[in-house]
Amino acid sequence: MNAQPITEVAESRPLPSDSASVSRAVTPALELCGLSKTFTLGGGLFKRGRTLGAVSNVSLRIPRGQVMGLVGESGCGKSTLAKMLLGLTTPSDGDVLVDGRPVRGADQKALARHIQPIFQDPYSSLNPRKRIAQIVGLPLRVHGIGTPREQAAHVAETLDVVGLPRRAAEQFPGQLSGGQRQRVAIARALVMRPDIVICDEPTSALDVSVQAQILNLLLDLKAEFGLTYLFISHDLAVVEHLVDRVAVMYLGRIVEEGTREQIFGSPRHPYTRALLDSALTPEPGLGVPDIGLGDATPDPSDPPAGCAFHPRCPKAQATCRQQRPRLEDIRGDNARVACHLA
Amino acid sequence: MTTSSVSPTASSASTPGTGLGEISLQPPAWSRVTRRLFGHRGLAIGLIVVGLAILIAIFAPLLAPHDPYHQDIANRMVPPVWHDEGSWEHVLGTDKLGRDTLSRLLFGTRISLTIGLVVALISGVIGTTLGVLAGYFGGRVDAVISYIITTRLAMPVVLVALALASLTGGSLTTVILLLGLLLWDRFAVVSRSVTQQVRDAEYVFAARTLGCSLPYILLREVLPNIAGSLIVVMTLEMAHAILLEATLSFLGMGVQPPLPSWGLMVAEGKAYMFFQPWVIAIPGIALFVLVLAINLLGDGLRDLNAPGGRN
Repeated sequence: MNAQPITEVAESRPLPSDSASVSRAVTPALELCGLSKTFTLGGGLFKRGRTLGAVSNVSLRIPRGQVMGLVGESGCGKSTLAKMLLGLTTPSDGDVLVDGRPVRGADQKALARHIQPIFQDPYSSLNPRKRIAQIVGLPLRVHGIGTPREQAAHVAETLDVVGLPRRAAEQFPGQLSGGQRQRVAIARALVMRPDIVICDEPTSALDVSVQAQILNLLLDLKAEFGLTYLFISHDLAVVEHLVDRVAVMYLGRIVEEGTREQIFGSPRHPYTRALLDSALTPEPGLGVPDIGLGDATPDPSDPPAGCAFHPRCPKAQATCRQQRPRLEDIRGDNARVACHLA
Repeated sequence: MTTSSVSPTASSASTPGTGLGEISLQPPAWSRVTRRLFGHRGLAIGLIVVGLAILIAIFAPLLAPHDPYHQDIANRMVPPVWHDEGSWEHVLGTDKLGRDTLSRLLFGTRISLTIGLVVALISGVIGTTLGVLAGYFGGRVDAVISYIITTRLAMPVVLVALALASLTGGSLTTVILLLGLLLWDRFAVVSRSVTQQVRDAEYVFAARTLGCSLPYILLREVLPNIAGSLIVVMTLEMAHAILLEATLSFLGMGVQPPLPSWGLMVAEGKAYMFFQPWVIAIPGIALFVLVLAINLLGDGLRDLNAPGGRN
């Protein structure tokens, strides 16, 4: 891999190291190479704290213009992964490559032009003391793009794009509904026309009726601006609606990755199957599905030996308790799974 | 949450005071603000008294019937007007040097308010800076600043202020500086804990993602969202500073004569406490009322600022 961090001028440089035949279309928009993050817990002056592997050795390639879904239960490291991609947390190990260039050591502002976030909670992601125009225009002001008049015009245009009325510009976040707030957050993310948008559970704080509107908006914007999404969610119905590929995360590791059809049609990892079974159906009378996982959620600071999922796995065997399965393309169909039994 | 989308003209149709008008129709913005402020009784009383005190401080030369420094030995220790021997010439009587108590009281408002405001500003800047840094960065920065705060909390303010004032000699400026450098602890503690909550808000993450500078994040994203709590602390510290000034002046280490400080007036009157009690009672009551009003104001602002108090 080349070591050139992304900068403003890097756009015009030829890409070294890889052969000249590697075109921009083949270079994934976002690539994670063995990304890990370890936290130290309860360490003191003389006491060594325990380490917690929030994210362990995650490798993913997201091709340009595609939507990668990242699913997993709460606490499995999805949000930590998002923070590393956004440059808010430095990885303990591994690299993030944007357009084939490593993010490590890159200027935060240069990174911000490529990657923008949409956060989970639109009530917490907008500063309650600022007007919408200020919030959406902030990226332009911080990066010094355009004159104040051009910025205002661009903000108004972006508000149109996300379907907000012009008068919202002069309002405060407290005067908007949850769905409108999330539209503001989307406008802020898109105002600089980034390539990649990290959506960290963008609909989980919204009413069901509003969720669909926001998801459709995200799809429309993707088509309009050629965006690449990493879509983090625990809501499988939402993921199925939106993504091209899915990665399933368990305890900081990717346990299965494949196309939407592969994951939803023929899941091979027992955890993926359990996740799919746990999705609630709208049919009345069925009650809450029993997914047969038990409620023994493992402690991430003390993960089980072997396959981290084995204490909850209905099919666990002796190998599962001793040997950690590797994430491999077993069937040769471009889908990876980490399971001895798959 | 109120929305301003309801047209304010709708309120013109409502009859004020009826329950229907208050529930279903939005009054104009200014009247909503005044209703919010005056709907809280303590806050209203505090606002009125502090407002009066500020007006008195500004217009003291116009309001005072006499020169507060003019000594009239022939008319010393004149009792106030409600006393048998009182006269309308000196409504609140005169002190041992024949100076008019009312005039001194009115001019004393200036000293008390100046000390309260300037001390609260100085200590506010020091304490907020420390607290915000500790709260935002956490970790080692927090450990060091928390140690400084604890050290400060372990010092008895009055004793330290007395000792330092006796070294430097008391004056208005010394008192302001001393108290300003001593009273920042509550600002630091409050701003630290509030910043810890704001730090993890997603709008701060959003600003960090954009590559906003640290000063921008602290001043424009964090500070406006903790300002409500700090204003409350500010009012309480103003009252605290006014009382401490009176204490120091009473002990002779604060504001020096002949300035009409209320604490000094109490000190000068203490020899006559048993036979001419008004000499000490009048500035004492003035202090009590002003400090009470500022505290009521602070309490009221805190209630309004609390999430539950919002409409």
